[in-house]
Amino acid sequence: MKAYFGRRYTLSASHRLHAETLSGEENRAVYGKCNNPHGHGHNYVVEVLVGGDVDADTGMVMNMVALDETVRGQVMERFDHTNLNLDPVFHNQVPTTENLCRAVFALLKDALPAGELEYVRVEETENNFFEYCRQ
Amino acid sequence: MIFLTRRATFSASHYYWNEAWTAEKNEQVFGRCANRNGHGHNYTLEVTVAGEPDPVTGFVVDLKWLKDVMEQEVMAAYDHRHLNLEVAEFAKTIPTTENIAIAIWNRMEPAVNGAGGARLSRVRVYETPEIFAEYRGEA
Repeated sequence: MKAYFGRRYTLSASHRLHAETLSGEENRAVYGKCNNPHGHGHNYVVEVLVGGDVDADTGMVMNMVALDETVRGQVMERFDHTNLNLDPVFHNQVPTTENLCRAVFALLKDALPAGELEYVRVEETENNFFEYCRQ
Repeated sequence: MIFLTRRATFSASHYYWNEAWTAEKNEQVFGRCANRNGHGHNYTLEVTVAGEPDPVTGFVVDLKWLKDVMEQEVMAAYDHRHLNLEVAEFAKTIPTTENIAIAIWNRMEPAVNGAGGARLSRVRVYETPEIFAEYRGEA
């Protein structure tokens, strides 16, 4: 019987939205205060949903300790209390929360059992969030 | 298609224990949740139904009706109860958040789908603000 298990994690990081392909003026027009030269930060909430059969012995889709361990190893240790612009995954793309969401999905998808990751949602503030779902 | 969600909260106690396992294995797999004296949560339940708005009322379902169904089918049985000891479906099934979501779906589905309008689409149960499980039926 397929069910879904979700978990929310918090990470704090800084970023600056600046596209190398745009002029300074264009960057300021597109990104506004997110383009300020020295960057700024957020307390991001990363919500992870995994899906699978409920194990008959444990009643669980996935052991939460194992999920926590994977998220800690793949996502928290990499991004928490860092400057996102300096991470290799953002060398060629702007660290918008859309792109962070996609990067987190890719990291977790490869580390979790095949087919289990359903979506990654990243909340940048209480009022805006982004989701990347299994294709 | 419109998806409409109603939220409600209930408080209940539970423990995780597989009778087929040794105490040692239960403690190893379930950790603090295996404490046989139990512990409790303030659960948040989200019930989502899917359908088209009625051309006259503009409602997918009447929210008061949905609240009453949730009260009768779920809250009356779960709220301020010990799930393992007082709720029939958990006599032999461990009341993990996953199994609670499935059990609530099974309680809600006949009433919602039997009403002939909207269909039950999703049941999500938050055990804490950071932990939740979801069931979308067999489909």
